[in-house]
Amino acid sequence: MSTFNTFTSTAFPLAVENIDTDQIIPARFLKATSRDGFGENLFRDWRYHKDGSLNADFVLNQQQYSGSILVAGHNFGCGSSREHAAWALKDFGFNVIISSFFADIFKGNALNNHVLPIQVTPAFLAKLLVAIQENPNTEIEVNLEAQTVAFGKEKASFDINPYKKMCLQKGYDDIDFLVSNLSKIKAFEQQHIY
Amino acid sequence: MKMKKTLFDKVWDAHVVDSIPNGPQILYIDKHLIHEVTSPQAFNELKKRNIPIFRPKQIIATADHNTPTVDQHLPVKDELSRNQLQQLQQNCDEHNIQLYALGHQYNGIVHVMAPELGITQPGMTMVCGDSHTSTHGAFGAIAFGIGTSQVAQVFASQSLLLKKPKKMRITVNGNLQNNVLPKDVILYIISKLGTDSGTEHFIEFAGDVFENMSMEGRMTVCNMSIEMGARGGMIAPDETTFAYVAGRKFAPKGADFDKKVAYWKTLKTDASAEFDTEYTFDASDITPMITFGTNPGMGIPLTENIPSENDANLEKSLQYMNFEKGTSLIGQQVNYVFIGSCTNSRIEDFRVAANYVEGKQKAPNINAWLVPGSQLVVQQIKEEGLDKIFEAAGFKLRQPGCSACLAMNDDKIPDGEYCVSTSNRNFEGRQGQGSRTLLASPLVAAATAIAGKIVAINTPVLEEA
Ligand code: SF4
Repeated sequence: MSTFNTFTSTAFPLAVENIDTDQIIPARFLKATSRDGFGENLFRDWRYHKDGSLNADFVLNQQQYSGSILVAGHNFGCGSSREHAAWALKDFGFNVIISSFFADIFKGNALNNHVLPIQVTPAFLAKLLVAIQENPNTEIEVNLEAQTVAFGKEKASFDINPYKKMCLQKGYDDIDFLVSNLSKIKAFEQQHIY
Repeated sequence: MKMKKTLFDKVWDAHVVDSIPNGPQILYIDKHLIHEVTSPQAFNELKKRNIPIFRPKQIIATADHNTPTVDQHLPVKDELSRNQLQQLQQNCDEHNIQLYALGHQYNGIVHVMAPELGITQPGMTMVCGDSHTSTHGAFGAIAFGIGTSQVAQVFASQSLLLKKPKKMRITVNGNLQNNVLPKDVILYIISKLGTDSGTEHFIEFAGDVFENMSMEGRMTVCNMSIEMGARGGMIAPDETTFAYVAGRKFAPKGADFDKKVAYWKTLKTDASAEFDTEYTFDASDITPMITFGTNPGMGIPLTENIPSENDANLEKSLQYMNFEKGTSLIGQQVNYVFIGSCTNSRIEDFRVAANYVEGKQKAPNINAWLVPGSQLVVQQIKEEGLDKIFEAAGFKLRQPGCSACLAMNDDKIPDGEYCVSTSNRNFEGRQGQGSRTLLASPLVAAATAIAGKIVAINTPVLEEA
């Protein structure tokens, strides 16, 4: 897995609240058995009209926007636990999602795929959305070590579990860690009721 | 003095293998349920890393999300679905995992099948790559949905790395009114608290209403705790729970059962234990509910009007649903009714529906999909003769599966059509591209199917003479 620490990118502004994982990747695209290629169907029913033509009003289809950061409304990633949502975002090219609130399971899934969910205040989010809409070339600087996100003259800090931070910085994941603890887990089983 | 603990603390703390300083805890998982959609990538991940499955006996698999609900004896037509089902079979064969495949007498929706086989027991930790794993909390288990990376972690170690969630208690005291079902209780709570109110929390449902509820009802409530954004919900195990578990296929037997019951009885929140968040509701305020919008928090009492405030999210939802602010849903024509999903596809739900439709006729405009949650539910429906009642009223039962709950198979609500559904999510396109879902109880769904439109089912209050 890739590692990351600081980077700067422009962003896509998606000012919609309560975006559920059924919108991020509709169920009919969950029939694959590998992790690849889900980016193609990211936000499928918002990106395309029912007749298959491109919806020019949807932000991912607007030429002026680019980058590896998605800035989205409150309560991003609610609903189904499908990790395919995180895969689709990553496959499309997003490394960072900024919102004022993330649903729990989505947040865990994102981190497990080394996509960084950054939770900011509603006020910061509102300013950021306006800034990008006014100037799509607005650069956002993410510093994982310092746990800060900045654009223009604005700067905010964000929380991340220190363990998860270390995983992102070093490219580790939980399986490696758990497997290295199997002897402890076996000892636990000896005294466990079930 | 000993620390006062909640039900959640007691179960959680009994499963902590180790705590990482400044980091998460290693939590042991007793039962791991898997299905065809969220497991293949996890099996591949282990294979890629050359890691064996640590405890295959603690994994139970079923096929449910992708399966057809008619002609299950024939090969599955959709190639991608068939491929997922075949991969599940192969993976389970290869790793010696018990699979209740399509057509097996125990096949069914994962959250219907596991409790009725006695796999789900009080005090356990249970996970599944499916958000409605919260259902099993009805037994006083800690049960929650996980992503596919975590499915791989449990495969590899029967454990997960987690931060202990916060604790919330929702108490509902008093008596429920006539025609108010467990589904109404949970839709009411979500409409009051919102879809992000439970985030980072595990909920305990407490009070008379839940104590008096059947296991089926408790499962409906805990099932939808995820729709408040909570990690899960749970209810303290009691005599109702023990009686339900007793005698089921995988339940402990004889002296072992008695020993377990003695332990299960200790799983109650201590009198002065503290919660991070508490809410209290009065049972008498709850009436039959229905949703009008595109998330499960957008619910109203059946006979009230859609809200009319100025709110961009409300407007976006109403535009999708093609409803007007401030109007009533009563009289709204609906052409589809779905009674099914892991929220409401148990025997009790079909009893409620059958009881209502008995002696009546399905409205001609209605396409009704009645999808039992499992083969055992089908069997019980037949034993109780409910199938005859449905048939006489013009309904046909389908075969078990997730079906129109997420429309991964052929059971899709057409573009622009309304469906009164007993499932758990009314998101845009959830039941098929362009579909418009109104969530409700099996009683409201049955009444819609008979009337061909949304009708009030409140028994009128008798005027005092
Ligand atoms: S019935 Fe619906 S909510 Fe339940 S497991 Fe199946 S798809 Fe998920």
